[in-house]
Amino acid sequence: MTIISPRSLSPAGRRERAQPSPAPRDARISLYRAMLKIRRVEERIQALYPQGDMRCPTHFSIGQEAVAAGICRNLRREDYVISAHRSHAHYIGKGGELRAMFAELYGKVDGCASGKGGSMHLIDLSVNFLGCVPIVGSTIPIGVGASFGAMLQDRSAITVIFFGDAATETGVFHESVNFAAVHGLPVLFICENNLYSVNTPLDVRQPANRTIAELVRGHGIPASRHDGQLVETVDAAAADTIAHMRDSGGPALLEFITYRWLEHCGPLGDVHLGYRSQEEFDSWVERCPISLHRKLLEDDGLIDEAAHAAMDAEIAAEIDDAVAFAQKSPFPERTELSRHMFA
Amino acid sequence: MINRQLKFAEAIHEAIDICLERDRNTYLMGLGVPDPIGVFGTTRGLQEKHGKKRVFDMPVAENAMTGVALGSCLVGMRPIMTHMRLEFAMTAMDQICNQAAKWHYMFGGRSKVPLTLRMLIGRGWGQGPQHSQSLHAWFAHIPGLKVVMPSTPHDAKGLLIASIEDDNPVIFFEHRWLHNIHGPVPEGHYTVPLGQPRMVTEGDDVTIVAASYATIDAIKAARELERQGIKPEVIDLRTLVPRDDTAILASVRKTGRLVVVDQGTLTGGFAGEIVARVTEQAFGALKAAPIRVTLPDIPTPTTRALSNYYYPTPAHIVAAARRTLGLPHEDGWGGIEPADKSLDVPDKSFTGPF
Repeated sequence: MTIISPRSLSPAGRRERAQPSPAPRDARISLYRAMLKIRRVEERIQALYPQGDMRCPTHFSIGQEAVAAGICRNLRREDYVISAHRSHAHYIGKGGELRAMFAELYGKVDGCASGKGGSMHLIDLSVNFLGCVPIVGSTIPIGVGASFGAMLQDRSAITVIFFGDAATETGVFHESVNFAAVHGLPVLFICENNLYSVNTPLDVRQPANRTIAELVRGHGIPASRHDGQLVETVDAAAADTIAHMRDSGGPALLEFITYRWLEHCGPLGDVHLGYRSQEEFDSWVERCPISLHRKLLEDDGLIDEAAHAAMDAEIAAEIDDAVAFAQKSPFPERTELSRHMFA
Repeated sequence: MINRQLKFAEAIHEAIDICLERDRNTYLMGLGVPDPIGVFGTTRGLQEKHGKKRVFDMPVAENAMTGVALGSCLVGMRPIMTHMRLEFAMTAMDQICNQAAKWHYMFGGRSKVPLTLRMLIGRGWGQGPQHSQSLHAWFAHIPGLKVVMPSTPHDAKGLLIASIEDDNPVIFFEHRWLHNIHGPVPEGHYTVPLGQPRMVTEGDDVTIVAASYATIDAIKAARELERQGIKPEVIDLRTLVPRDDTAILASVRKTGRLVVVDQGTLTGGFAGEIVARVTEQAFGALKAAPIRVTLPDIPTPTTRALSNYYYPTPAHIVAAARRTLGLPHEDGWGGIEPADKSLDVPDKSFTGPF
């Protein structure tokens, strides 16, 4: 197995975690279903976006589904999740309501933020998805604060903060990890390292001789790097870390190497721009997290074409319903403009 | 009639103490909060009384810690964060202006952010360019923030309790030169509602609007004007956001003249906002052009030799009021010499180094 990235291995040339033991049958199938749902939702948005009715900057997670699926399978409803600009996968992974998400993208009053947020401001408090914002690094201290607040109230929920590789370049990231470490907060920092910040590669932003996980270990918390395309690897890393966290508290970071297929923001491909090569892109598409996992499930006789098709049809029906609901939902009335100024 | 006299700083202390006592979800954090000095006495002893879990120090990381405070609001907490200088909070502008201010609105009212940010401002003893700025106009410019600027111990306590109990982010300005002033303060819990200006003195000749420490200068100027046979009406804004301009407009309709005293700098400042509101809504009542008395558009110099010429004095306010009345007056900038050459301290009790 190779990860197509010059920075996919630690300097010692070894992966930092052994292959996981396979999860139980149902878990493996549910991981597949979770990834497929995220992919199909994103593909639907991709198909509808050019109609011009979803008028908000939209950052797709296609190619990165394994991280959201693998992490969120290990969370409970009461656990908190907060995310950043590329958040659809995390919202769906945590169980966010699909109708409200589509309505939000359409700017409708039934949207999860009443249309005032859009793709970059999804929220569903019924599943403790606290929100997401597009200022890189900004939600990291807010997630730590949610954990801190829960600790002050003697509650045991853990908090997962999703962010990208560039967020680890901000000062506020380090300030936040430091505070989580000082107070031993049960915060799971999840870095989806997709190797680019907008169109800028990692190697002009961070030194080649250390990984993000290594950097974070300097804060005195456990941190490790993993293949973000293998959902069972993600799931096992999450299961281990979260079990330890529920048992004895304390923050940890998991870094997953992954890859975004579409342009930074929007529904199109961007290889023609030239900031990444066709060869690199193709090698990552070959490592599609959904195809890789399907192959494993097929090899083990856990899924076949019919089972896949049934699952796909179910998901499609759910998306059809959500899109129809969103399209039918009204726009906010004029009076909504000044509503929610103050609580 | 309230007989009990407290210092402004003691009133702040009492407000925080009462809020910690009444609501288990309220907590207080900030650099130096539990140290022996206790933020100029405003937090002294509170950790001993309420425990280390509810009153605590923090890493020197204002941006993240503002985010932490915000995040704790999302799960039901009601934090009070203290910045010993406003400038320290400037490293947290992303969390304050992008996140806290907008969180309730941008998520369609799903969450609320009952966060109180105490910001200390001041001047003197060479505080200089980075330890004295009063940037209330900045925060007032951001929709979603409330901005509170008390000038008396009574209001300090009542407005701080109202701020802490408010379900929105509130920037609470405390001027260091007010911390030692005395005034009547009721015992126990009470609030001064956000958004109601205070009529300080009534008069028919000229309206003088101020907030925070500038109110003290305005009152001194009013006394001098009264000696000269001029009856000024002084209005203390108390809060910039929310704000009810009814009293100011009614006053200008009566006097026809407006002077706004602002401890911030001139351009884009809050004095301009008050002048604009009055001009838009009571233009016909104005008998003279309104005048702003503010700091010049210059960074605060450290040396008292220069800061003596930097801060406007009650004499500047008197001159401005006389000008609106068409009376002979001294020439504002450059013309007025400070009376005692000691504008870098409010009184002899105020010494450095901090």
